[in-house]
Amino acid sequence: MVKRHSERAFDALVILLLAMAGLVCLIPMLHVIAVSLTPYDEYLRRGGMILFPTSITLDAYREFIKEPYLLECFMTTVVSTVLGTAFNILMTVLMAYPLAKTDLLGRKALNLFVLIPMLITGGLIPTYLVVRSTGLMNTILVYIIPGAIWSYVLIITRAFFTQIDKGIAESARMDGAGEWTILFRLILPISMPIIATIGLMYGVGHWNEYLSGVIYVNRPELRTLQVVLREVLSRNTEAAVDVTVPTKTLQMAGVVFTSVPIIVVYPFLQKYFTQGIMLGAIKG
Amino acid sequence: MQSVKGKRHPLLRKLWKQRAFFLMLLPGLAYYVIYKYAPIVLGVATSVVKYNLRKGLAGSKLLDPWYSNFKFFFESNYFSQLLSNTLIISLSKILLTIPIALLLAILLYECHSVRLRRCVQTLTYMPHFLSWIVIYGMCFSLLSETNGLVNVLIRKLTGHTVPFFTDAHIFRGVIIWSDVWKSVGWQSIIYMAAIAGVDPNLYEAAHIDGAGRLKSIWYVTLPSIMPVVVTTLVLKCGNVLDAGFDQIFVMYNTAVRSTVDIIDTWVYRTGLEQWNISLSSAVGLFKSVISMILVILVNQLAKKWEASVW
Repeated sequence: MVKRHSERAFDALVILLLAMAGLVCLIPMLHVIAVSLTPYDEYLRRGGMILFPTSITLDAYREFIKEPYLLECFMTTVVSTVLGTAFNILMTVLMAYPLAKTDLLGRKALNLFVLIPMLITGGLIPTYLVVRSTGLMNTILVYIIPGAIWSYVLIITRAFFTQIDKGIAESARMDGAGEWTILFRLILPISMPIIATIGLMYGVGHWNEYLSGVIYVNRPELRTLQVVLREVLSRNTEAAVDVTVPTKTLQMAGVVFTSVPIIVVYPFLQKYFTQGIMLGAIKG
Repeated sequence: MQSVKGKRHPLLRKLWKQRAFFLMLLPGLAYYVIYKYAPIVLGVATSVVKYNLRKGLAGSKLLDPWYSNFKFFFESNYFSQLLSNTLIISLSKILLTIPIALLLAILLYECHSVRLRRCVQTLTYMPHFLSWIVIYGMCFSLLSETNGLVNVLIRKLTGHTVPFFTDAHIFRGVIIWSDVWKSVGWQSIIYMAAIAGVDPNLYEAAHIDGAGRLKSIWYVTLPSIMPVVVTTLVLKCGNVLDAGFDQIFVMYNTAVRSTVDIIDTWVYRTGLEQWNISLSSAVGLFKSVISMILVILVNQLAKKWEASVW
């Protein structure tokens, strides 16, 4: 009887602590969304104490969309995310697939070639000089080419290809299929889980791109949304008292606007999102 | 003399047979040479010359002595401040994230309600995917002294507000805890997987011996996953010089710089704001080399630890 009592107390404690952990993550997001939807005079009246909006307005979003170059920057971000991710996947797969072949000529040397830049990097400034001298400054390609392959992602993709049944490629080769046909017609269709996983990793990276937009680009329409949002956030709150939708609600509308794609997509694809860390962990 | 065909060197024959694979490798190899290896070489080169911004490396003169940039940095008073800021921030993040993530993983495992578990998992993993700019915006809305949710509560309770963004020492806490908030859920995934891999017979044996759930956590779960915890700890320590440039670069301001200026932010300002390319390259190189040594050491250590456990 005593035991059952303590069991129940234990369960209650677990639930309580988990609920707290969930709330610690939920409340900041809820607060930001609520502020972005609240009319500014009400926001001031309630002194920022907002978790649920009592009256809803989209004024702050309307105002955010009026930010100069917002549409262009949105397009820049979307295009660099879509094209960039496609390019990332192509480059990573093309490199990882041969490296997973155990009988590849010079395989050891090639793997060392991939490993070295994971240990030592040129750093920010030399990378900047290289990107500048390859003529990518102030083009959308600066978001796509310099980060084409992440070594970590290459390694997990290679590990996935190593585990694929060799018999598939072998029997196709017997039938006279070329290596390119084997890769694109046979291997890729059964590799969709890893493609989805690395695609999401790269995709989130592109959507959240900030630094490249600050250092490589000075044309306003080529900034990413993150750069726009950072500028909106640093705008002085007091400077805009006469504007109808002043900055605080506008700022939070910007925060929500830039994170909506992730918040919307993530719960449905959580499995693929979380696979990335597990594949890396198993590899050690 | 004889027809060469078919009698070529076996290596060349293998190369010819695998030509499709090498063609696939070509774009990746070119990418690695240009965007990963060239910066390494350039980093070494620029750090020992007086870099000429207009003429590039070819128009730059070798420094005399070649190590003067390194000497200048080690003898300057930035060095100790940057290094201690980097280490304090980095180690605090590691030492807070790991135990909290471990606790979260254990709680999730002990939770019998699948719906609650899913819900908490979704919520705690989410911050990992939000950008630092978005998180900066959230912190701003929660912590600002005018109408920040947390500060409004503090004012109601105590009558005064906390200067989260303007007091250098408090701001360092903001940097550390916002990173913990972002990464705890994600880190717990690894520990969840480790707990799921624990032999169920061990729990049964503990149960038969009369151990309650708290005791089985203490005597079964924790010892079983300790190797994983230590491995993650050791591997993270290999990256201890990466205190979070992406985060601090977005969040800091001049008022609080003294406590959160890390090696990377200093390199950024020296290189791309003051355009002292050589000095910032040298410091970047120094950091990269130390990191490499640490990572190699730490990997050896992790291997040894794993070997000694099994």
